[in-house]
Amino acid sequence: MSDGVWWASQDFWRKCAIFVTAGMFLVLILLTFHSLAAITAGQDRVPAYSVINHRIDYVFDEERNMKVPVIGEEAPLFGEVLSEEEARALVDLGKLTVQAKNCMNCHTLLGNGAYYAPDLTKAWLDPGWGNEQARELLMTMFLKDPKTNARTYGTNRRMPDLGVTDEEVRGIIAFLKWMSAVDTNGFPQGFEPLPQGGA
Amino acid sequence: MAEAAIANPVRPALDAIAARDTSSLSAGQRLALKYFLVAMVLFVAQMLFGLLAGLQFLYPEFLYGVLDFNVNRMVHINAMIVWMLYGFIGSIYWLVEDEAGVELVGAKLANINFWVLTSAVAVVVVVYLVVQVGPGNKMSIWFINEGREYIEAPRWADIGIVVCMGVFFYTVAGTFMKGRWSGISGTLVLDLIALAGLYLAGMFYTTNLSVDQYWWWWVVHLWVEATWEVLVGCIMAWGLMKTLGARREIVTTWLYIEVAMMFGAGILGLGHHYFWIGTPEYWLGIGGFFSALEPIPLVAMVVHAVYDAGRHSFQSRNHPALAWLIAHAFGNFLGAGVWGFIHTLPQINLYTHGTQWTTSHGHLAFFGAYATIVIAFIYIALQRWRGDVWMSGDLPDRGWKWKWSLALLNVGMLGMTIALLIAGYEQSFIERAIGGSTWAAYFEGQTQPWFVQGMQWRMVFGVVMTLGMVLLLWDFLTIGRGETRPAKEVHAPGPHVG
Ligand code: HEC
Ligand code: HEM
Ligand code: HEM
Ligand SMILES: [Fe+2]
Repeated sequence: MSDGVWWASQDFWRKCAIFVTAGMFLVLILLTFHSLAAITAGQDRVPAYSVINHRIDYVFDEERNMKVPVIGEEAPLFGEVLSEEEARALVDLGKLTVQAKNCMNCHTLLGNGAYYAPDLTKAWLDPGWGNEQARELLMTMFLKDPKTNARTYGTNRRMPDLGVTDEEVRGIIAFLKWMSAVDTNGFPQGFEPLPQGGA
Repeated sequence: MAEAAIANPVRPALDAIAARDTSSLSAGQRLALKYFLVAMVLFVAQMLFGLLAGLQFLYPEFLYGVLDFNVNRMVHINAMIVWMLYGFIGSIYWLVEDEAGVELVGAKLANINFWVLTSAVAVVVVVYLVVQVGPGNKMSIWFINEGREYIEAPRWADIGIVVCMGVFFYTVAGTFMKGRWSGISGTLVLDLIALAGLYLAGMFYTTNLSVDQYWWWWVVHLWVEATWEVLVGCIMAWGLMKTLGARREIVTTWLYIEVAMMFGAGILGLGHHYFWIGTPEYWLGIGGFFSALEPIPLVAMVVHAVYDAGRHSFQSRNHPALAWLIAHAFGNFLGAGVWGFIHTLPQINLYTHGTQWTTSHGHLAFFGAYATIVIAFIYIALQRWRGDVWMSGDLPDRGWKWKWSLALLNVGMLGMTIALLIAGYEQSFIERAIGGSTWAAYFEGQTQPWFVQGMQWRMVFGVVMTLGMVLLLWDFLTIGRGETRPAKEVHAPGPHVG
């Protein structure tokens, strides 16, 4: 484009490309610093790992016009109050197991992954577990043996037995409980958690 | 499949390459052919495992406990990523000497690098298929699979890939440094640095899932919606010069415009993945706004390709390549631009996030934007390899193979995309909007007739695509053989007017 008008000149667009790219990248870096601070565990949007010692609910917030996780009274997982470090180690085991067993190529977590099986963002709060009293036991049984405890709602689409150990199952459940307390800006929309508190 | 399917078919075919006359090809071009060959083997693997995964939606008992859905899907998408990267590397090795005006620097090293990388890929696939999953510890992540979509490759392989990319980069940048630089090669080299750098963002472990996904999207989004787009922009620029005789100043100026627009929108467009993963609310606005701009450069690319082709009255020296370059421009626009746009605003994405909408878009975008251009480039390479023969109109048997494979692959992909979109509509309505995404609501959605029919039609069109692929490979093996007419001459038209 050699006809001389500035908007058709190669030089103009080369500079444009360089400055736009550099500018946008700089903004992204700045936002990244801010976002990473906001999603560090224990900050406002992502809970500390010891959140697994508490009851978690998902309720409508008038001001934000969306459902948000609410961290309630003490309700320790498997009846055992853990320190922040112990809780982190347990959630960590869960996260490692989720990666090593490749759960995300069937399920979505926070909506990302595969679409062959239900989203697990709020699995801890799923009404399918009946009530709070039965939940831990039913989850453990399901994850230990998803074949016999299959539900599949008439589809016969079962989760395979992934050979998880008892300790790994506890880790997975801790991880799922922790994840259900992440502030996801109202995703999944309209999710009704299992009855809280009551029998 | 790995040892068997990768090693065996590749060997004889490589021997065939060696036996056929490659003496007219440069070192870089011979290397490119090897990369293309592996790319096509992996393309076949991708389709096969896609068919297996798709069948499991309809027949969940099929291979249950033997090759579970997660394994098939992982091989499906990993084979895709790797064959496209192989296609890009091959294309770059093909054009680097022509563009730099000198012989490939470090040709021997580049050859060893090819074998190292390919062996690593083979080992990774064998482990995926045989070992599949491991216990919940770091060893599994280092040696079996990382369990993070698209970048499942275990850590040892990540490191290997980075080293091989380093060698690749050294040979390419070294060649340009020895020879001459151009706007295209300068853009290409800077883009390769960014592309490799981004991969590092996916190479660490963290307990915190929000932080994990924050960086995971740097790799996935900033690859396909920024650095890969610019990479294929460079390849396209060169391809248009070669097939049409388009003028360098024009394609280079277009390339800069595309870079400015693509990075201008795509870098902050990353925010469309930060709506729901725990990140602050400002991403709803930033991600929605900038990603909504991303289709603009894709429209510009269509205009560019069609304008160039039209300016040359569609007179090309390589019809199949030009057809696939145009398929690339439209596929990129439709799959990424239109199908991306329809679910990129947070108000919509709240309901479509992680449903078959996403799959619909993922398929059309990857195929339309990247499969097409690799195929186009293979045609360019084959023409040269077979002796710069005629590949314009009037091919023997009217070129039915390339025409039919083009049609079957594109119609199959479009059909599949539409089937998945209908399933996605249904899913976002029943499971998300009404059912609130519970376990029961998920299956409520999966069992609706429209959803099930969508899954069935996906298979039908998958078979159509598979036929197209078989025909394509057959055409690759035969086109231009026995042709005696030299390639059509194409000239750059007179100076730009207006
Ligand atoms: C091969 C695919 C596959 C893999 C891999 C897989 N799942 Fe599942 N999962 C399913 C299917 C299918 C269901 C629905 C089963 C049913 O209803 O009986 C399910 C159900 C579940 C449920 C109950 C659903 C809910 O909404 O609460 C949980 C929890 C779960 N899986 C967790 C996991 C975890 C954790 C992993 C990894 C360790 C995993 N899954 C790996 C397919 C899979
Ligand atoms: C060639 C370029 C592109 C490719 C190859 C591509 C591919 C993909 C893939 C594979 C996914 C799914 C990721 C996953 O597995 O979680 C995805 C998600 C997404 N893409 Fe693209 N994409 C491209 C361009 C675009 C553009 C230009 C837009 C917007 C205008 C867009 C919008 C989106 C959105 C909003 C999602 C998230 C879907 C969800 O919430 O589940 N994409 N893309
Ligand atoms: C025979 C044809 C094919 C079939 C039957 C098929 C089937 C599938 C299936 C079942 C999935 C999993 C979706 C899910 O999690 O619900 C998938 C994912 C995917 N496939 Fe294919 N596929 C085929 C061809 C292709 C081609 C040619 C491409 C690209 C060039 C492609 C790219 C992808 C991508 C990017 C994903 C991940 C999508 C996402 O996460 O949203 N597939 N495919
Ligand atoms: Fe994106």
